[in-house]
Amino acid sequence: MMELFVQQLIAGISTGTIYACVALAVVMIYQSIGHVNFAQGEMAMLSTFAAWQIMDYGVSYWVAFPLTVLMSFVLGVLVERVLMRPLRNAPPLSLVIVFIGLLLTINSIAGYVWSFTVKPFPTPFGTAPFLGSAWISQHQAGMMVTTLGILVLLFAFFRSTRVGLAMRGAANNPTSARLLGIRVRSLEGLGWGMAAAIGAVAGMLIAPVVFLEPNMMAGTLVYGFAGAVLGGLSSPAGAVLGGLIVGVLENLAGTFIPVIGGELKLTLALVTIVLVLVIRPQGLLGRKLVHRV
Amino acid sequence: MNNKLNHRGHANKWFLPALGLLAVAITLPAFAKGFLLFQATQVMIFAIAIMGLNVLVGFSGQLSLGHGAFYAVGAYTAAIFMGQYDLHYGLAIPAAGVIAFLFGFLFGLPALRLEGHYLAMATFSLAVAMPQVIKLSVLEAWTGGSQGIAVNKPQPPFGSSLSEDQWLYYIALITTCLLYLIARNLIKSRTGLALLAIKESPVAAKAMGVNLAVYKTLAFGMSAAFNGIAGALSAMAVQYIAPESFTFYLSAAILVGLVVGGVGWLPGAFLGAIFVLLVPNVAETVSKGLSGAIYGVFLIALIFFLPSGASTFRDFIFHRFQRKGGNSN
Repeated sequence: MMELFVQQLIAGISTGTIYACVALAVVMIYQSIGHVNFAQGEMAMLSTFAAWQIMDYGVSYWVAFPLTVLMSFVLGVLVERVLMRPLRNAPPLSLVIVFIGLLLTINSIAGYVWSFTVKPFPTPFGTAPFLGSAWISQHQAGMMVTTLGILVLLFAFFRSTRVGLAMRGAANNPTSARLLGIRVRSLEGLGWGMAAAIGAVAGMLIAPVVFLEPNMMAGTLVYGFAGAVLGGLSSPAGAVLGGLIVGVLENLAGTFIPVIGGELKLTLALVTIVLVLVIRPQGLLGRKLVHRV
Repeated sequence: MNNKLNHRGHANKWFLPALGLLAVAITLPAFAKGFLLFQATQVMIFAIAIMGLNVLVGFSGQLSLGHGAFYAVGAYTAAIFMGQYDLHYGLAIPAAGVIAFLFGFLFGLPALRLEGHYLAMATFSLAVAMPQVIKLSVLEAWTGGSQGIAVNKPQPPFGSSLSEDQWLYYIALITTCLLYLIARNLIKSRTGLALLAIKESPVAAKAMGVNLAVYKTLAFGMSAAFNGIAGALSAMAVQYIAPESFTFYLSAAILVGLVVGGVGWLPGAFLGAIFVLLVPNVAETVSKGLSGAIYGVFLIALIFFLPSGASTFRDFIFHRFQRKGGNSN
């Protein structure tokens, strides 16, 4: 029993790191433009298919991975330039509709180009038990190390680089940031690019687990949302924490609560979102929303 | 004052065309058979769902990306009541509306405290999770799990020469007309004005004494009820429901119909419904599953070039009529 618990806990943390990445991507965009990108999951899925395609041409994983991250960054910047910038002053409803439009388009085109049948996706870490332990596989360990590495890099970026600080400033108070000479709009593009790149990494890491197909990110995005809401939409650190908690909750509930079962865990993410919104809408680490009237 | 006059003139101008359309709709089963009649029934069912979403989005300013879930609630309510409790379809349809209203009301309650984004995220997650929720083993006794439920078509009354399909068409037509009138009157009533006030400025509405909580949840419940009734009718039309019929795609399609028809314009629901149902027929000549891309591209293009959807053309025609009519302005 105890062993199963520890095993599920570790497995939960390892999938939780993926949810943390998706949650972080969602929060980054929310911070920079004040909207939730509903196409985040599909953009990550598209990146993962691109990586698959590049590898299918015979290129090695270690070339395909950074190439895909780079392409996703460009894709993110392009989406911001082409779709978001003209809608700067549009009502929130319009933006949500554009995100849903983007989601439907990417999903459908990916299905058209690569078909809706599931494809295996390689893992560079191998699937054998990690260091002979029964608790965790090499891929799960690799997922944890990679995402933790990204998180450390990101925190260093936002803490200690000029650009990172400028991005935080622009997100916190665009008007003052602009007065200080920060080019807020360029930073929004950078934020979109980074979010898309993080999403691409999450997609490529989760693909060996959920298999590659156009709908692979729908569930993951909902978990990412649950993580982001739980941690607080206004807090990147909260998003990471929330993502990890949701991953652990998902695995423990899937193992120990018979009704939830292995296949029905999305319900749990939904319940998490609704409960957080009822009990503590600002999330664990988020700022409470205050409105000026 | 002038505003009010225009408004009246506007309503009158649309009275005759509406009557003509209704006459066409009533006589349609005489010359449309088989698949065409089925499609016409589907258009009305979808129009009901879109009208429901319009009540919420267009008139109270709240957004839902998950109305397919309430559609599912209605479909399952009708199927379970008719299949397991032998309830007459004439009662199963309003029952589906009531149950969907309750679900919408309950889901709307937490939504009250939420900013638009949170509501959008919660309803999005609801739509994505819905097939799994239906499959939950605790509900399996009623929902039949992933096996789904077979639904009987309503039997035409004794002595009528109508076929089952024609009878269902008329049921859908009557329901659509009733619900259209309900939605129209709701919007023009005090409730509708309160909702509009909330949409324009929640703070000002509150200051004027509008109870935000009551009206917002009411709008959510009403729009869910519309979708529940649409779901019940669709269950009867398709004669079979399963969890996979109620994926996120359904919610997205309802949203597409709303945007195409025009947010805030009720009759647009019919144009939106026709669009939503036609696209898959066209898209499948190229490739199955490509309709998502057409929906998506249309959504984006409409927001960029025609944010009011089909209602833009209404305004265009209306203004021309107005000029020709020689406004005594």
